[in-house]
Amino acid sequence: MRELFFFQPDVVSALMKGLWVSVQLIAPSAVFGVIIGFTIGALRVYGNAFIKAVANGYVLIFRGFPLVVQLFIWYFGLPYIGIYLPPFVAAVLGFSLCSGAYQSEYVRGAFLSVKTGQTMAARALGFSNIKMILFVTLPQAFRRALPGCGNEIIYLIKYSSLAYMITCIELTGQGKIIASDSFRYTETFMVIGAVYLVLTSAAAWLLRRLEDRLHIPGFEQYG
Amino acid sequence: MAESLVILYGALPYLLRGSLVTIAVVAGAMMIGVVVGISLAVGQVYGGKWLRRMIAVYVWFFRGVPLLVLLFLFYFGLFSLLHINLSAFTVSVIVLGLISAAYQSQIFRGAIMSLPEGQLKAARALGMSDRKAIPLIILPQALRLSIPGWSNEYSIVLKDSAVAYALGVMEMMARAHFVASRTYEHLPLYFAAGVMFLILTYLGTKGLRILEEKVRIPGYSS
Repeated sequence: MRELFFFQPDVVSALMKGLWVSVQLIAPSAVFGVIIGFTIGALRVYGNAFIKAVANGYVLIFRGFPLVVQLFIWYFGLPYIGIYLPPFVAAVLGFSLCSGAYQSEYVRGAFLSVKTGQTMAARALGFSNIKMILFVTLPQAFRRALPGCGNEIIYLIKYSSLAYMITCIELTGQGKIIASDSFRYTETFMVIGAVYLVLTSAAAWLLRRLEDRLHIPGFEQYG
Repeated sequence: MAESLVILYGALPYLLRGSLVTIAVVAGAMMIGVVVGISLAVGQVYGGKWLRRMIAVYVWFFRGVPLLVLLFLFYFGLFSLLHINLSAFTVSVIVLGLISAAYQSQIFRGAIMSLPEGQLKAARALGMSDRKAIPLIILPQALRLSIPGWSNEYSIVLKDSAVAYALGVMEMMARAHFVASRTYEHLPLYFAAGVMFLILTYLGTKGLRILEEKVRIPGYSS
């Protein structure tokens, strides 16, 4: 009986449901995080003094506050000014903004590492600023930022478990419910931990494949 | 607005006492992290094949599983299964420490590997055993190189310590949430907690930068 616990259909279906919620949390947060990260990162390099200051302030706050605090602000704090977000939306918002701030650091570094000759050549060829960023520096910076940004996505997978703390019942939350019902904490969280290990390892493997695929021969590979 | 400030002011001593709990959790975790992390790093660089493999599994496990899951696993699961009764505070310190050890081992490993190979060779040529050369020659240099990475790790552990709230540890975040639930001043209180974390991050990284300057060997560029 004890050994068969994890083959009981209700336990499996509850965990699968939780896993699905986790994936639904992670996927949009990763996409928004990358978009925010590249936007903020580009603004921090190419913006004017005012834009730079605002972007740096954003990064300071969102990297400096613990993610739990940020999630609590979005979920429990916003009703204070009359905005009520469902737990899922608050979680995705919190993950995206926090992840974006961290990613922007790698993106900024990547933009700065693009040789100045590249931007000068683009300007000499009559590229506008936006065109230069989009077609000349971004494709190079993207490849250089990829290892760092990939790491952030792996962090995101792990931190998605914090959604449980603002009552968004994903994989960890389902695990907590199952464990509290059955008193099988060790087994349950071993299985949950294994699922996260599979997710993070798979993500790491996929990101390495992506890096290899995007690699331009003759350019140094980073990371 | 003025009312919020009054409540915030009244809650400040309570929150500050929470910051002491946060500092205690972080200090304990970092200490475990250093001791275990250095051992893992030395094992991973100089150990045999099996030791290296086991350490790699340790690092993979503690870097791949979320903190919250590990907290639940250790607090409700493993420790009670072994009939070890530990407070939520102690378990948080241990779990944060074991995770940090996995990350710190990679910082130390990188530092050890970045040292010129001649250092260990010279120590051996002088008749030192590896057991002597590693703590006396390699680590004093590697630890100095590790301080910037270590300072990063400090700010991560500091922020992660807020998750200990899930086990009921009365650190800053937990206290902010408690006061908020009683006074309904959620936004100002969470913001205050966040700012306090920012201040602790700033103070810690500043202190480590001073330490880095202090222990620098003059004329020895790295």
